[in-house]
Amino acid sequence: MKPAIDVINVSKIYRRYARRRQFATLKSALLDGSLLGDLKPDETFQALRNVSFSVPKGCTYGVIGSNGSGKSTLLKCVAGITRPTEGEVKVDGRISALIELGAGFHPEISGRENIFINGIMLGLSKKEVQRRFDEIVEFAEMQDFIDAPVKTYSSGMYMRLGFAVAIHVDPEVLLVDEVLAVGDQGFTHKCLDKFSEFRRRNKSILLVTHSLDLVEKFCDEAHWLDKGISKGEGDPKKMVAAYVMNVEDSEQHSLAKAEATRLAASAKNVTGAPPVAEERDPGSGVRDPEEAPLNPVDDAETTRDGFKATEGRWGTREIEITKVSISGPDGESGHVFQSGDDIKVHMTMTAKEPITDFVFGLGLFTADGVCIYGTNTNLEEFQPSEIVGECSVTFEMDSLDLIEGTYRLDLAAHKADGYPYDYHRLLYTFRIKSRVRDVGIYRPAHRWDFGGGITFKGRLET
Amino acid sequence: MFSSLAKLARYRALIQTLVVRDLKARYRGSVLGFFWSFFNPALLLFIYTFVFTKVLPSSHQANMEPFALFMFCGILPWTWFSSSLLESSNTLIAGGNLIKKVLFPAEVLPIVTVLANMVHFFLGLPILAAFVLYYQRPIDSVELLWLPVIVLVQLILSTGLAFFLSALTVHFRDLKDLLGNLLTLWFFATPIIYSVEMAPADMRWWLNINPMTHLMRSYQEVLFFDGPFGHQRWLLALGAGSIVVFLAGYFVFDRLRDSFAEEV
Repeated sequence: MKPAIDVINVSKIYRRYARRRQFATLKSALLDGSLLGDLKPDETFQALRNVSFSVPKGCTYGVIGSNGSGKSTLLKCVAGITRPTEGEVKVDGRISALIELGAGFHPEISGRENIFINGIMLGLSKKEVQRRFDEIVEFAEMQDFIDAPVKTYSSGMYMRLGFAVAIHVDPEVLLVDEVLAVGDQGFTHKCLDKFSEFRRRNKSILLVTHSLDLVEKFCDEAHWLDKGISKGEGDPKKMVAAYVMNVEDSEQHSLAKAEATRLAASAKNVTGAPPVAEERDPGSGVRDPEEAPLNPVDDAETTRDGFKATEGRWGTREIEITKVSISGPDGESGHVFQSGDDIKVHMTMTAKEPITDFVFGLGLFTADGVCIYGTNTNLEEFQPSEIVGECSVTFEMDSLDLIEGTYRLDLAAHKADGYPYDYHRLLYTFRIKSRVRDVGIYRPAHRWDFGGGITFKGRLET
Repeated sequence: MFSSLAKLARYRALIQTLVVRDLKARYRGSVLGFFWSFFNPALLLFIYTFVFTKVLPSSHQANMEPFALFMFCGILPWTWFSSSLLESSNTLIAGGNLIKKVLFPAEVLPIVTVLANMVHFFLGLPILAAFVLYYQRPIDSVELLWLPVIVLVQLILSTGLAFFLSALTVHFRDLKDLLGNLLTLWFFATPIIYSVEMAPADMRWWLNINPMTHLMRSYQEVLFFDGPFGHQRWLLALGAGSIVVFLAGYFVFDRLRDSFAEEV
């Protein structure tokens, strides 16, 4: 059977004009005699590179990828709004593109008239619009406002009406670009129902979205684009997993880069005191949470006036923390882990002279500075004897049951009275990923038990 | 090019709807609504009559009485022409949303602009007719048959130029500003508030290469001057030229079409 959409080796090159081009005027073009020359690009940007796929009839096909990966360009090529620079797009049947809802509505005239105009723009005849009119109005839930000018509509009403018209064009092929974000829950469900109805009637949908859930639940096949290059297609679950892995990888890189920058910036501070420019927490008598576990012997006055949790590094460096790494269950150091992973924080340090008064501490914080946990060797009653030369300290957590999010670490070596040797505040960042969308900070190990007449259809594999 | 030209016929319903929308939207919210289409030319006529019969009474020849009517025969179609060009230079940019986000035939937009202005021209015609009756000018009914031809020639010429302008303005935004001045110059270089005969002999040649001269002269001959229509040769030549302009304009438009979605 002929596929509904056939994309063959499509490449799209956008022109990019150098700065002087933007100020190009007709006069300068005429003076230089380069009227047609100016219309040629002098710099290009390749948005799509040799992308091929085909969507069989009745198939719902998802396209995923990060921002700027070429998804929307692909959709525009399929819709025929832009022409691919190379390659070919074949579409069998009437297309309706839900790219911009309500494009072409005229604000001054009524919703009723706009439905007709929009319908005709999308390729219906006047009679066809007339036939579908009541259905459109009902779908958009606009019965009361249909004769008011469109400029008086709320943005939600505007979108609903746009969606209603586009979906009632009754296309063979529906192109959807991230439009389900509009409208309230109820409307979103209605749209999804409409999509399901499309599927039942053996029509094809090409869906571009960031909602991976939607792709997994809804699509028969998925395609992953990255920087205009096709990274694979096939089973939606597999594609989403591959894409998520890739996103984690790039997060690793950016976190590692940010950490290196922070360390370089804070390495200069070798004085014994924390940076002075830090603001005090005005009026709050609450103890700054991260201060307590690390400097447990500080007098109450100091702790109450604790510093805001700003990153930095200070200390005398009599003991110097030279290297810090966080590693997951595979033993490799990284920045992105799964919830419940076995995680080790590994510090390498040097003490130039033998030192007998030392405490190692660690604090774990959420991204917005709430202390989750803090401890040190003094609190856990290790009695220091001596540290000298190059040593290592590893803090092992057998199962770090945090919810998804970004977390930061404090690491320190100091005297029992708080005198800092090397204090690293919030310099280390890692992410915890989780497939469960639970909330809070901490996930206790748990399971559900149901008794009596409670039954579930099953549990979705997550 | 010709295949896309053939598609134009398929967009009839769309063009018709958009012209109606344009007309409806223009006066929506105004008290007089559609009547502005009558009042605007009437007011313009009043101003010109005042200036040229009270302030500058000796500015015209005897055969051009009543002078107000003479001017009106030119100003009415000129308004159609100049607003078509001015508006079409902006039409693709104003309709950017359609071009970028919807599968929409861009050539419809300049066509709609020209046609909407033509409807305004038609709405001005009853005023003109009223004045012709008021001054009891003899109108030759055979001569009047030329009027649709003149209108058709102007339509083809305007649309051709509108294609050029709308496509080029996407790339050269300053064309819009240039155009306003150019049209003022063009207005005075066309025998609208004077007649061809009033121009010095050595200037005639310049007037003759101005296509609008022949259009205006044709309107004036049919609607104002006595005697049979004597300008048909020029008019038909201009008609042929207009078709060339139309095709050339469409060719340029078609060539630049792919760049619209990216440049608008």
